[in-house]
Amino acid sequence: MDGVIAGRPLVAGNADAIALVTREPLSFWGGYDQATGEIIDRRHPLSGQNAAGRILVLPLSRGSSTTAAVLLEAVRQGTAPAAIVTDGLDPFLLLGAIVAEKMYAHTVPVVAVSHKDFERLSDGMRLTIREDGRITIAPANESGDNH
Amino acid sequence: MQLSSDDRAMLGGGHGPAARFAMSILVRMGEIQDAERMIDITQAHIDSTIYQGEATLEFAERLAEMGARVVVPSSANVIGLDEEGWREWQVPEQYAQKAYRQMQAYRQMGCIPTWTCTPYQTALRPRFGQQIAWGESNAIAFANSVIGARTERYPDLMDICAAICGRVPALGLHLTENRAGEVLLTLSEVPEQLQEQESFCTILGYLTGKIAQERVVVIEGLTVRPGEDELKAFGAAAASSGAVALFHLVGITPEAPTLEAAFHGRSPAERHTITLEDLRTARSELTTGDGDQLDMVVLGSPHFSLLEFRRLAPLVAGRRCHSGIRFLITTSRMMRALAEQAGVLEPIRQFGAKITVDTCILATPMLPSDTTTIMTNSAKYAYYSPGLLGANVAFGSLHDCVRSAVAGRIERDETAWTA
Repeated sequence: MDGVIAGRPLVAGNADAIALVTREPLSFWGGYDQATGEIIDRRHPLSGQNAAGRILVLPLSRGSSTTAAVLLEAVRQGTAPAAIVTDGLDPFLLLGAIVAEKMYAHTVPVVAVSHKDFERLSDGMRLTIREDGRITIAPANESGDNH
Repeated sequence: MQLSSDDRAMLGGGHGPAARFAMSILVRMGEIQDAERMIDITQAHIDSTIYQGEATLEFAERLAEMGARVVVPSSANVIGLDEEGWREWQVPEQYAQKAYRQMQAYRQMGCIPTWTCTPYQTALRPRFGQQIAWGESNAIAFANSVIGARTERYPDLMDICAAICGRVPALGLHLTENRAGEVLLTLSEVPEQLQEQESFCTILGYLTGKIAQERVVVIEGLTVRPGEDELKAFGAAAASSGAVALFHLVGITPEAPTLEAAFHGRSPAERHTITLEDLRTARSELTTGDGDQLDMVVLGSPHFSLLEFRRLAPLVAGRRCHSGIRFLITTSRMMRALAEQAGVLEPIRQFGAKITVDTCILATPMLPSDTTTIMTNSAKYAYYSPGLLGANVAFGSLHDCVRSAVAGRIERDETAWTA
């Protein structure tokens, strides 16, 4: 299988980390602990996992408008994901990342992928993201538990 | 994206540094989302007021220092403290000071100090068809769906940019073609007697959000017409469990006189049937944990309205909240003043209830740390409390909440749901 996905770099940047993948939308407000990076939505499948420094792969955000502010604060505190990959475009995560870049001159890269490519990404994969939006999936020897 | 001469002037700094900063964010968001142009808005609701830490404070103070001023009437959402009452609760002094500074920054920018998540229940209620830029998920759902005003789902930090420029990218729900229904939910043999239950719309909203996610959803088969506060509860629930920004209730909401009108003459992309069993499951999902232990009852997310105060007053008149239970209602200063004028606050206070304004339990660290279980009739409180407060939640009707507060333990009337 071809291990490269051509994503759309909404907020460009580089990342190299293990993927944390969910098929369920997540509100960062009430769902992402900005002090630690823990997923705290107790009804969400990722509840209890830590997304800081991981490449968070999710369909989109949901719920609160404050998701953007939580992502901004997480960037400031260094608890944001290494990158965010969404199934299509999510304005809330995008806006948080854009404001972070303007305020702190560093941010979390945000890449949109097609639904077909989104389905190829699974938990525990090691992913490399480049500024042009290219996502490379490392060979399977490092893959963790899929769900 | 096509920009007007004013847009270009703002982008070039001709209207000052704040407008340049704000316009650069609006243009970038518009370009990424392939907007063709910008449009005027005539009102905003600013959710960026919520204190979320140093970053949101810095953002607000930087804008204020740059001389930012809103150019359209801009109501302010809840903030991180009850300005006058926070000392009665366990809000740390340092937190309160920062939340207060953030509040002051938005005051300085000219926001109208409503400090409420229900701007649609104030004099600033928009009109049908009005182009507005609103933050706050429940308010967005209400404005689009119940009033027929037009707003995208605006993230915090973008709403204030729109208010400073009076402009937004022409996208999403601002445009007629994107307001057509996508998903159809049909109620099937849901008894009218159940539809008349207080919490019915709240539970249906929670279920709707889970199914619809971010899509425009249409519901048919309601035989009982919901009131304004039921529609408010429906939208808040659907915007918590999902990302619903526009719902059409056939024969009830203004853009859905008929099923055909709700779908703009097209066919639904997806259809679901809602049964009694689906509603029972949704209702039980709103409760976490088990047992009947209770510490606190919290009402008012979205903020309690005058009508809700009027409903509560006779339920508590002449009764006393159990000594081991705290009873809290969150609302706005205006609504508290109206309830006072209406003469309905006295029995509520005598019952032992406290009233907090300007904020809510999710936006300020006010709750005592020994609070392990709260009870509420709000799906929004029920949805977010386990994650944000680390508390268990029991969901119940307004009657259940009062009954439990008196008994000192969770008690619910299950007859309508088990019959």
